[in-house]
Amino acid sequence: MENVGVCDEFVNLKATELRLGLPGTEDEKQKVSCGKSNKRALPETEKDIESTGKTETASPPKAQIVGWPPVRSYRKNSIQTKKNEAEGQGMYVKVSMDGAPYLRKIDLTMYKQYPELMKSLENMFKFSVGEYFEREGYKGSDFVPTYEDKDGDWMLVGDVPWEMFVSSCKRLRIMKGSEAKGLGCGV
Amino acid sequence: MNYFPDEVIEHVFDFVTSHRDRNSISLVCKSWFKIERYSRQNVFIGNCYATSPERLLRRFPCFKSLTLKGKPHFADFNLVPHGWGGFVQPWIEALARSRVGLEELRLKRMVVTDESLELLSRSFVNFKSLVLVSCEGFSTDGLASIAANCRHLQDLDLQENDIDDHRGQWLSCFPETSTTLVTLNFACLEGETNLVALERLVARSPNLRSLKLNRTVPLEALARLMACAPQIVELGVGSYEDEQDSESCLRLQAAIRKCTSLRSLSGFLEAAPHCLSAFQPVCHNLTSLNLSYAAEINGSHLIRLIEHCKKLQRLWILDSIGDKGLEVVASTCKELQELRVFPTDLHGGGNAAVTEDGLVAISAGCPKLHSILYFCQQMTNEALITVAKNCPNFIRFRLCILEPHKPDHVTSQPLDEGFGAIVQACKNLKRLSVSGLLTDQVFLYIGMFATQLEMLSIAFAGDTDKGMLYVLNGCKKMRKLEIRDSPFGDAALLADVNKYETMRSLWMSSCEVTLGGCKRLAQKAPWLNVEIINENDNNRMEEENGYEGRQKVDKLYLYRTVVGTRVDAPPFVWIL
Repeated sequence: MENVGVCDEFVNLKATELRLGLPGTEDEKQKVSCGKSNKRALPETEKDIESTGKTETASPPKAQIVGWPPVRSYRKNSIQTKKNEAEGQGMYVKVSMDGAPYLRKIDLTMYKQYPELMKSLENMFKFSVGEYFEREGYKGSDFVPTYEDKDGDWMLVGDVPWEMFVSSCKRLRIMKGSEAKGLGCGV
Repeated sequence: MNYFPDEVIEHVFDFVTSHRDRNSISLVCKSWFKIERYSRQNVFIGNCYATSPERLLRRFPCFKSLTLKGKPHFADFNLVPHGWGGFVQPWIEALARSRVGLEELRLKRMVVTDESLELLSRSFVNFKSLVLVSCEGFSTDGLASIAANCRHLQDLDLQENDIDDHRGQWLSCFPETSTTLVTLNFACLEGETNLVALERLVARSPNLRSLKLNRTVPLEALARLMACAPQIVELGVGSYEDEQDSESCLRLQAAIRKCTSLRSLSGFLEAAPHCLSAFQPVCHNLTSLNLSYAAEINGSHLIRLIEHCKKLQRLWILDSIGDKGLEVVASTCKELQELRVFPTDLHGGGNAAVTEDGLVAISAGCPKLHSILYFCQQMTNEALITVAKNCPNFIRFRLCILEPHKPDHVTSQPLDEGFGAIVQACKNLKRLSVSGLLTDQVFLYIGMFATQLEMLSIAFAGDTDKGMLYVLNGCKKMRKLEIRDSPFGDAALLADVNKYETMRSLWMSSCEVTLGGCKRLAQKAPWLNVEIINENDNNRMEEENGYEGRQKVDKLYLYRTVVGTRVDAPPFVWIL
């Protein structure tokens, strides 16, 4: 018996049932993304979900259900970090810019060297970073790119070899103005 | 029994240690109540909001050990927002003001601050043991106070806490005169420790039995530590990333051979695959093995180690061990009592590492198995029925099929019959977690057969209120019921309000209960705290008066209490 066929039947049966519960995994995702409102999705919305043709045996759900699977966050964080590092599934780090209303995230594995990264940051936040000098740091701009390393220290981007930077960078912060001066922004 | 003087009765009571038995004793008569309360040494409070420090002190003036639990279990999975509660500070303050000679404090899912730890460390001269499990809110500064001020400290056991690591010198705060340590577990700390201070501490602690290191303690340090502490019984390895034949590796192997008392191995938080072989000399004595954080070690290395662990009683492992690996466990570990298989892939994609076959193999090979936690991607009724036949001794059975609503992958049927077989066969079942596609039928079975069941976890299951009603009516010993994403509503919630007085707590999230229903419940049962947790729409609950009754409640947590509404609830918690 074809699983897909059975599931279609199953899903349709459920769709005609007069209940407020939602039939399939895809619907769970929809529920979560509906801004956690107290009102459940109306039947019309459910039909929309089914008409996209997804069944329970389709590709595994990519969206994450809050608190599922029931694994302690401590353990989840531990496994997740290791997986990302091992499989090269992207190293997403937060990027904050002084004065910007919200943070961004970038995937460090998308870049091969510092200039690419700088260009991308400059585009993202619409600023320019000046020129890097080994001794004086960044010159020619009010903005200084810094990062937090594994030890919790704030370092100037560009000092260490690229690979070392990628493996130790936990988050990025683009400092601006007078605070930036302390990190060797010689202007 | 009134013919005996009180001292004799008290002496008899000394042999009764379980708090449940003690509770029963205290109900026999007034005289026994009085004797029991003055002689109770260990107090267990499963829900810190069920009572208050004042009532604790009034009833048990002479206790030495206190166990407190705070947040509900689903807080482990981020379902309880930050700031909900579970603060230990008022407890420590009250105990400090009293004359209680506190020696041991065990906390689970509570908010602990550095201030609390400092107060704790200064207030109790004979304080010996601190055990914190899944707690948060404190930093290594708090640990420094404990190290510095608790002269007779024996146990500092930190399990899976969220600790702000200031990478300071807390380990150096143990005075040179401190030689009483028995347990030191700081595996959950993320930062570097002072290795010299650690080594000196271990070297001057002849009673040290349990040492669990964090990921920043490198291999050469481990080698030196084990050389100082050959009497160690439990070891948690931190980092093990050296080359196979490095000098540190060889020194470690030499040290390990001297650790003849080693019975428990855990950690391997940063571990190269080959590292397990160094521990082969001690395998034949191991009773507990926790490799559930060692993501880098693949199945074949695990199997090579486990093949030698014939006395293993407890095994925590990742599903990378595979069904084949579980078959090796089944044929080797005949003493196995507890097994936990955790998922490496949290989203259910990728290869099915362990399946129903692994579970069946274990049930067939391990006659003493009584506790299992098993994460997998697929299951069948047939397998569960076989497991039930093989292992009627389960006390804890927790099965988590990663994809919600997933049916029997062979027959596409719900898994009602499989779980039904488990509850019918396992007459001593106390804890059960169900998953996969389940209808009301499974709850009918649970209500009918799971007479000893105390804790039940339900997710994405059931069809109608009848499901929940079967459980509430049938399981007379139910203490903790937690339900998420299941279509149970007001009718089930309100059917038997008195039932909740016999239970510690009920959690329902993303179900069908309405605000109106919760309000009616709160009215009927003033001895309950009925909490609505509503993070997003703080005001929506109150505004729409017309629809209020029918508004669905996102998270409901109710619990019996003798002290009424708590005063420390944050704005997003509404206590009805």
